[in-house]
Amino acid sequence: MAADSEEDFVSFGTPLEPLEEDEPLKKPVPLHEQTVKDEKGRYQRFHGAFTGGFSAGYFNTVGSKEGWTPSTFVSSRQQKAEKHHARPEDFMDEEDFGEHGIAPREITTSQEFSSSRRDPAAEKARAVGAQAALIPGDSLLEELIAPARSSVGVELLTRMGWKEGQGIGPRLKRKPRRQLPVTAGVCKTYSCALPPAGSEELEEDDEEFAPEDVTFAPKDVTPVDFSPRLGVQGLGYRGLDPCLALPGQDADRHVHLFRPQSETRSRLFGDRPGGSKRGGVAGQAFGVGALEDEDEDVYHRDSMSRYDTVLKDEEPGDGLYGWTAPQQYTRRADRSRDAAYLGKILDGFTLAQKPLEQKTVFPPPNLPRDYRPVHFFRPPVNVSRLCGVSPALAEALRSSRGHMVKEEAQQGGRHQLDSGQRGALLGEDALQGSGSEPGSVMDLLRPEDRQRLLNLRTATAQRPSQAPPPGPAPPLSGLQQEALAAWRGSSSSSSSSSSSQSFKPFENTPGKQVRYERYLSRLQQGDAGALEQSLDPAMTEWERGREREEFLRASILYRPSSSSLSTRFTRAQQPDAEDAGRDQQGDGQQAASGTFGKLTRETLEWHPDRLLCKRFNVPDPYPGSALVGLPKVKRDKFSVFDFLTVSEHQKATAPPKPLEEKKSRWDVSKETGRTQNQAGSEPTGPALDHCPSPPQGGPAEPHTAKEEEEEEEEERPSMDLFRAIFITSSEEQSSSSSEEDGDEDEEAKGDEEPVKLFGIASSPSSSRLAGPDLSSSVDFPSMPLALSSSSAQMPSREEEEEFGPKLPPPSAADATGGATASYQRSNRRSKEKKQKKKQQKHRKEKKKKKHRKHKAKQQKKSREEESSSSEDGEGVQPSTGDLLKRLKSIRTLNTW
Amino acid sequence: MAFPQPKPQPPQLPQHLLRTINCQQGAVRAVRFNVDGNYLLSCGSDKSLKLWSVGRGTLLKTYSGHGYEVLDADGSYDNSQLCSCSSDKTVILWDVATGQVTRKLRGHAGKVNCVQFNEEATVILSGSIDGTVRCWDTKSRRNEPIQVLDEARDSISSLKVSQHELLTGSVDGRVRRYDLRMGQLHVDLISSPITCVCFSQDGQCTLSSSLDSKVRLLDKSTGEMLGEYAGHKMKGYKLDCCLSSKDTHVLSCSEDGHVYCWDLVEGSLSLKLPVGKAVVQSLSFHPTETCLLTAMEGCVQVWGAQPEEAQDDTPVSQNG
Repeated sequence: MAADSEEDFVSFGTPLEPLEEDEPLKKPVPLHEQTVKDEKGRYQRFHGAFTGGFSAGYFNTVGSKEGWTPSTFVSSRQQKAEKHHARPEDFMDEEDFGEHGIAPREITTSQEFSSSRRDPAAEKARAVGAQAALIPGDSLLEELIAPARSSVGVELLTRMGWKEGQGIGPRLKRKPRRQLPVTAGVCKTYSCALPPAGSEELEEDDEEFAPEDVTFAPKDVTPVDFSPRLGVQGLGYRGLDPCLALPGQDADRHVHLFRPQSETRSRLFGDRPGGSKRGGVAGQAFGVGALEDEDEDVYHRDSMSRYDTVLKDEEPGDGLYGWTAPQQYTRRADRSRDAAYLGKILDGFTLAQKPLEQKTVFPPPNLPRDYRPVHFFRPPVNVSRLCGVSPALAEALRSSRGHMVKEEAQQGGRHQLDSGQRGALLGEDALQGSGSEPGSVMDLLRPEDRQRLLNLRTATAQRPSQAPPPGPAPPLSGLQQEALAAWRGSSSSSSSSSSSQSFKPFENTPGKQVRYERYLSRLQQGDAGALEQSLDPAMTEWERGREREEFLRASILYRPSSSSLSTRFTRAQQPDAEDAGRDQQGDGQQAASGTFGKLTRETLEWHPDRLLCKRFNVPDPYPGSALVGLPKVKRDKFSVFDFLTVSEHQKATAPPKPLEEKKSRWDVSKETGRTQNQAGSEPTGPALDHCPSPPQGGPAEPHTAKEEEEEEEEERPSMDLFRAIFITSSEEQSSSSSEEDGDEDEEAKGDEEPVKLFGIASSPSSSRLAGPDLSSSVDFPSMPLALSSSSAQMPSREEEEEFGPKLPPPSAADATGGATASYQRSNRRSKEKKQKKKQQKHRKEKKKKKHRKHKAKQQKKSREEESSSSEDGEGVQPSTGDLLKRLKSIRTLNTW
Repeated sequence: MAFPQPKPQPPQLPQHLLRTINCQQGAVRAVRFNVDGNYLLSCGSDKSLKLWSVGRGTLLKTYSGHGYEVLDADGSYDNSQLCSCSSDKTVILWDVATGQVTRKLRGHAGKVNCVQFNEEATVILSGSIDGTVRCWDTKSRRNEPIQVLDEARDSISSLKVSQHELLTGSVDGRVRRYDLRMGQLHVDLISSPITCVCFSQDGQCTLSSSLDSKVRLLDKSTGEMLGEYAGHKMKGYKLDCCLSSKDTHVLSCSEDGHVYCWDLVEGSLSLKLPVGKAVVQSLSFHPTETCLLTAMEGCVQVWGAQPEEAQDDTPVSQNG
């Protein structure tokens, strides 16, 4: 709405720029820069108001070559100036002719073509007139000669003396007399229903009084008034429309100028005006005999003029007179009903053809005088005693007892009862020979036959009990399964008590209730065929079917509350993980009991990524949705990794600093690294480690290790220590592997190894960011199979790996054995290397363990290392030196 | 009609040790057949991935580039690519011939337990200890996964892909099956941490082993349990299980150094294969033949239905 209204507006000029509060004030434009341009971008000079204002210039003339010189001036003596006929437009400028000027020169739609300005009332009236006319579509001629906006006809009429508000036509004599105050006539009409003849007489009488030479203009047709309703009248109230309500003489006077059948025309032509009357309102000509030619005055109705109390030449403009059709007084109701509603019927409603039927209200019967409102029952007739009575009679007797049978009131019809109940109701004696059960053919048999049959039956009954139950049992319906699922969980121990306590749906039929309970108990045992087995085989198929249905519904309806509740509620085990709680309570129970299936299965809607579908060559199952994953956002899990991933991304975006540090350290130890490469004494792939190492520096090593352990304090080493160690280890690993290239051709490692190395090394460094992950990534790097003390390694592993199933421990003994068996090398040098590496490996490993287990004091340790390395042999020397150097660098880092 | 059906032969079991391969790469974390069963991949704890010939037991190539122990690997359908995952949180796509790293996929927040190609090797699916399965596009150079399946509440321990289905086993005790075609996720609760999941060859069943020392065969469509196999020991370690190539038997690793082999239908233990003293960590069944790979510590054993020729057999017996 607001947008529309905004669009409707036309904005002129350039809007002011929105004021910014803190904007510094603009510097005022100096005067010489204040220029004005016209539409074409030409500069306009400002003149004073008296020198022409803006745009005075045709080079400072007044927009014309001549300037202020009047155009009428002609300087020639001979050629006198013609008298210039000046029009207002001559004094207007473009602005005035513009769209919003005083004389807009725009192409606009004329009134005829404008869609909105069309007068719907006029068109409607025309259409009605056309229908009402004798020849439908009469108005065709009018449409052909449609008048122009200020029509020639109007002009002609005005020139002929017609005035606005007058009727058109020859001036009349009778008309004004009607308009005169005829008080007597009014009185008569209102006092009683005068015979029309009387009023006619009156008219005749009145006519004599009228002056001969005075003529009056005919009354004008009142246009339909569409003025807004301001009064307090009811909805749809309209004042009398004389055109419709008084078609009598007024309608005659109404001049249809172009209508050929109009009365005036016919009068002009000397025609009889007989049929023209029928053009008016229906029912007008009612009661007029077919042979009567002049019928207009037979049933004359009120005419408007009769009530005109205003002494006036012309009527007031609206011509309504506040008159509301009192014809019902003058006519019988049924006849005038249509007319009475004329003008009252709301738009969209029509008059009912049939009157509304009256509801006949019967009065209550008159009570006898001696009536007492007390009911007494007749003495009941004992039907059952009359054994020979026919059922119909018994029924009649029972109904005559004066009260209804209770059972029948409770249970809907006879189909609700079984045969036994029906028999009891009918007063039948129970069939002889049968006890509680309804009798069967068995009773009529001889005992020996019965026995034989019974034997047969037991034989057959045993068979199906072993085999799957016959009939419809195997395909369990959905309801049956539901009932089974609902009842199976409830423990059988509490079943008897619970069922006795619980609702008994078939209490009034004990046999049924017993069967129902039997069914329930079987359900609780998880018997799929519980329903069929608990039904009474003696009943008819139909009855059994009904009972089956009832049992099923009842069992589902009154399922044990424990199961129904447990499906809905769960005991929270942990305050935040309700799902987990539910799992352990409900489904977990099912899973634990080994009943997998519906209860342990959960099917969710899942939206795969569109690209994923494409890659899998599968059509997108949800082509429209942009959703990916589970539609319901169940963000209930907040794992550590949610936060870890963030740091991971950070790592990915920004090259981590530790890398830099590591690089620099690498640079420092470059020369030593090279020598180390030559010597190749670094710990290498675990394959080499498998070799049993004759401990050369072994005795020294454990000793120092012990000392270290003693000196270690209860402080946790700083992160830098870990980092340094693990970074260096990976470096060592890579350097050794690159060194292995020469020796082992299987190990194809390219020159890109150092590049890759950094990539690898970045992950431990990133693990520094991820706090808890550190320990798990810490423990492994070079340990694999080198340890002789795998048992010592195990506990630390176990306490570190806390997520999920572990990886089995790599056992050393077996692997090393295998290695010696298969890994035979002629290369002696490599073997030596291996041994040396092994040593170092050992040492490093121990160190690491110490780092993990206890807390190292850094400086001391490094010093120890120094001393021990000095004792080491030649081949080991470079690498230990390198190690020391690194440790020193760590120390310096620590001291920072 | 006239002729009786040929008597079905008793299913053969891989009970003869054909050879033992010492992989010399630390503990072998996983051993996998390639798509046609001629080669095997061994994932070592020394960060290397090795490709071996099954028939001869020779090392063909070593793929190094992981920063930590390799935990799982898979080969593409055309044998041109390998993918492997590692504790260094990365998944690496390898070129088989050159041994170069084609792509290194980072994004997992923890160590990546399992990895699998899809059928056309257009997607790599990796399951991690961070509880997510990430779907990596191998066709584009995008470094982000196509989709991250983070429905699991605990570590993803195992993952398998069939044509349009994705089966994941998680430590939260649930087997999830993502059906891409239907757009559905089926969650089956096995109330014990899952160590390994498998599809059956016919694709109608799922096999899942869990830490309660049971292997369960579930109907894929309904989730009902069709079989339960017990007797082995799987209490703490993430061990594999699998089905035989003809779906006749269920095999599972055990912590007592045996591979247990049950009849699928009857659920009876039909073979208890002694592998060694330590934990049998991984196993893989040949896609078509009766051939089994087991991994124990640093060695991979190849088992067949028939004892092989003498010259191959002798060194095996030596080793065994």
